[in-house]
Formats: sequence, structure tokens, C-alpha cells
Amino acid sequence: MAPKAEARAEADRLMAAFRAAGAVPVEADILQPAEVLLDLYGEDIRARAYVTNDPIRGEMMLRPDFTVPVVQMHMAGGADPARYCYMGEVFRKQEHLTERKSEYFQAGYEVFARENPESADAEVFALFAGLLAPLGLRAVTGDIAILMAAVRGLNTLESRKAALLRHIWRPGRFTRLLDRFGGRVPLPESRSRLLAAITSGESLTDAPLVGLRTEEEVKARLAAIAEDAAHPPIPADEVARLETLLNLTAKSPAALARLRDLSREMPAVLPAVDRMEARLAALAARGIDIDALDFEASHGRTTLEYYDGFVFSFHSADPGLPPVASGGRYDAMTVVLGAGRSIPAVGGVIRPGLVADLKGTP
Amino acid sequence: MMLKLGVPSKGRLLEQCFDWFGQRGITLRKSGSDREYAGAVDGAEGLELVLLSAGEIPRELASGRIHLGVTGSDLVRDKLADWDRQVAELAPLGFGHADLFIAVPASWPDVETLDDLDAAAAQFRRAHGHRLRIATKYHRLVRDFLTSNGVADYQLVDSQGATEGTVKNLTAEAIADITSTGETLRANHLKILSDGLIHQSQATLYAARSADWTNGAPAVLASLAARLGIAAPTL
Repeated sequence: MAPKAEARAEADRLMAAFRAAGAVPVEADILQPAEVLLDLYGEDIRARAYVTNDPIRGEMMLRPDFTVPVVQMHMAGGADPARYCYMGEVFRKQEHLTERKSEYFQAGYEVFARENPESADAEVFALFAGLLAPLGLRAVTGDIAILMAAVRGLNTLESRKAALLRHIWRPGRFTRLLDRFGGRVPLPESRSRLLAAITSGESLTDAPLVGLRTEEEVKARLAAIAEDAAHPPIPADEVARLETLLNLTAKSPAALARLRDLSREMPAVLPAVDRMEARLAALAARGIDIDALDFEASHGRTTLEYYDGFVFSFHSADPGLPPVASGGRYDAMTVVLGAGRSIPAVGGVIRPGLVADLKGTP
Repeated sequence: MMLKLGVPSKGRLLEQCFDWFGQRGITLRKSGSDREYAGAVDGAEGLELVLLSAGEIPRELASGRIHLGVTGSDLVRDKLADWDRQVAELAPLGFGHADLFIAVPASWPDVETLDDLDAAAAQFRRAHGHRLRIATKYHRLVRDFLTSNGVADYQLVDSQGATEGTVKNLTAEAIADITSTGETLRANHLKILSDGLIHQSQATLYAARSADWTNGAPAVLASLAARLGIAAPTL
């Protein structure tokens, strides 16, 4: 591992390049209110972030990333379009005994722009690709928006689509839900019993109501369960197409052609596929060899959930190392943090420490 | 070289622990007055008894300050990251049984499985503006379990005791706690999820991987293991 000074020097070089690309350098507090991060990322972030207590401000986290504070800063009054860059330490607990660092530098570049999002996607990727070119990394891309469009296009209950969308970032549960909604696994015994009881009109419980969850909420969910049971499963060919889509990995032009094929049967993905095509054109215009660029439809599904469009990462040949850089589009996060305002946004981070390490290895 | 053996300093765990070793010809006893946390060993050379709070034994094992320790497998798995790389399990002792379960109000007929809990959590968050709270003291075990089962929209709230009461007191919507009988659950109008078993705990004898295993310690451990009728671990 490169000493901290080398990582910092590398971060400075990256920052200079980001500034040259038009970004305004910004800072973010190391101590961040835990509530915002927990609300966005859920309990998983508590396993990954250092939580501490402030006597006045309550639960605080050592910044696990810059994206949230930078988005908050922009949403609080930044004019758009805007380009920001930043660098500093982030802190991630390692829950396993590992060589991975729990404190390391990130240098990041974020673009907030309403016009031409595909061009902004390409701008960030091409900037990173140029800076990382000497390291001979493998880039992988994906597009969460295509997955979301495919789910939204299913011919089934809105409640099922909402459940699948919610679990895009938890592939295991997504698969289990799809099996259930596709009628490929039997109902759990408890569910069959419950449905029989609902149908027969017998009393479902004689226990007194305790806790905040109200009787109305229980009734609403019972109604949703009955509605779901009365509804036919998602047709097998639709499930199969969705799975084909999820498993798609190819070089970008082949992936695009495959997606065009798939979109004949799943027209809901067409607008997102059109945007992918526009993005590839924008990448090519910036000198990226898109014929060699990997596309994996499920890429980005195991990151912290907020990417909802283009996603990318750059990897060294050593599979034990974390990605050297990663990023993506997170329009939805600006809605959540924008208190009524929103703006399309895309960005990414590079780990200067890893860059310095890789430069040091012949 | 003395091997340090840490056992729970009081209560039924201490007695059962003494019994378990006693049945195998090794007498553990408190030395000095009844209130003094000092121990003595008869019938085993090179073994030193250390009386510790059961909750501290995992940490003492992880740091290698004791070579051997008896504590609940729930505590080891909850308190130690990658527990099996820090300690070696020598023998389950057959007492101190307790199951760690997720339980929800019995007045929720729509929630019987983790699937249901996940769906109810999503609904709860929409209705109440915050995540469904699960009270527990077993943060790592519960979080790992829920993560591996893909449950979202929950948050853990810390509860170090009387956890079954948190739902009624409106500080949590569900709980994850150990239960040996289920009586307390029923009395507090809670029920366990059919697939909500997180861990079946029992008192277990562990060896610390990072303790000092030089200077004849392995020989002491080998002879002790033979006396106890268990396999000597590779540390």
C-alpha cells in the first residue's frame, strides 16, 4: 500500500485534472449526521460506517462518501449546470479480517446538468478513462435505468412491480420475488393458511394490538395479499425475458443490439435503450473505444442503492483489489435530498491510493 | 506455561460450567470468599481459572489475553467479526441453550415470514416516514441475517434488556431476542416468524487463535483436550 503522502499527491494530481475539466473544488465535513445517511442507505450503512455520538447533534457518521454532502450542498442553492470536484478521506468499517483499508482517499467529480444527460455520462466516464489510461484497467459499464424500465413494463400488479423495483439492489431477494410472482415456487404454508382464513372470514387473530403499526395497515396489507393471490402469475415468457436481460453481458455494441432485439418484446425498455445508444455515441465522440467496452446489465446492483442510470467501474487485474474507480447516475437521490427540487446528476470517485499503488507496480 | 481458562463469573452458567469440567475429572472452584472473583483448578496441570463476565469473554478471547473461554455462541458470533478466524470452537457444552429469533406482534396476521416482514417494513416506512424498528442487543447477528435474507427498510434500535417490552412501549415494531421458553413472548403479545430463527446458541468452549501458544502451551492444551475427550484444535 502506498503511504498516505503518495495517495494525497495522487489525489492532488487528480484534482488538478478535475479543475482543468471545469469543476469547482468543494469540501465536505468529515462528521456527517447519521440520520440522512441511514435514511438513504438503510441499516447496511451502519455496518460500513463509523458511527459516533455528538452530545448536541446526536448520532454522527465519519463520512462514508462525499456524494451525499455534495448533493446536499448543491440542492441547498447551487446554480446549475454545475461541476464539482473534491478529495479527502472516507471511512469504511471492514467487517471482515482483511487487508482492505478502512480509511482511504477519494477524489471525485460530479456533474449536475439538466441538458443532455448522455453527454454528461460520457463526460465523466471519458475523463476517468483518460486519467486512468496508463494503468491498463478494465472498465465495466451497466445501466440500472434499463432494468427499472423492464420491471415497470411487466404485465402484472403495480404492487409486484414496486416490490421488484425496491429490491433491484438486492439480487437474491429480487430473484426470490420473481420466482414467487412468476408462480415458480409454491406459496409458503403460512400464506396458504392465511388466504384460507381470509376467504372463510374467520377471525385472524385474537391478540391485542401492540405497537405503532395500526389495524388499518394490517388490513391494507391483508387486502394486498388477497389481491396478489387472486392475480395470475407473471407470464413465464416475461420472466424469462427479464432474466435474459439481467444476465446480459457483452461488448457494448453487441449488448446494444441484443437489447434492441429484446425491446421488440419488451417495448418499455426502448427509451432507456435509446439513451444507452446516445451515450455510446457520446462516448465514441470523446474517443472511447466502445467496441472494447464491457457492458453487464446487472452491473451496479450490489452497490449502495442510489444509482438509477448509467453505472461504471474500473478494475485492476488483481481480483482481490476493490475497484480503482466507480460512479454512475443518481437522479433519484437529488429528489430525495432536494426537498421538492431535483436535478439530473452523474459522477464518480477514484481511489488515489490504489492509483499510486498500481503506478508503483511495474 | 499456564493456560488461562475464562469462565462466566456467576449464576447458572458458572455452576453448569463447573459441573461440565467436574464430570470430566477437572475440578474448577472459586477460591477465597464467595464474593471474590478468583478461581482455582484441581486435576489439571498448567491450567489457570479466570472468572469473567460472560459478555467480556469473546473480547478477551479475541485479544488473546485468555487461551480458552466458555461463553454463549451467540455472544461470540455477535461480538467478533469473522469469529471463526479469531477463535476455534472446541466443544459445545450442552447447556445455556437459547434461540435468537425475530418476533413481531401477534396482532399482525399478515406477517409470518421474512418475506412478509420485508413487505410490511416497506409499507410501514411509507405510512410512518421512518423505517420499521427492530429492537435487539445482537446487532451483528441480526443485521447479517436480515442482509443475507434481503430484508430492507428496517433499522435496529439498541435494547440491552426487557426487549419484549419495547413494542408495547412504542420504541420498536419488532424484536430480535433470545428466548428459551416463549412465555415472555406470549405474555408480551409477540410471535416468532416461521423462518425467523437467527441462531441456536449454547455455552461453548473456545480457544483463542491469537493467544500465546508457544512455550509448551500446545502440550498443555493437548493433554487437557484428551482429559475432556475432545479433539485438539489446529490454531
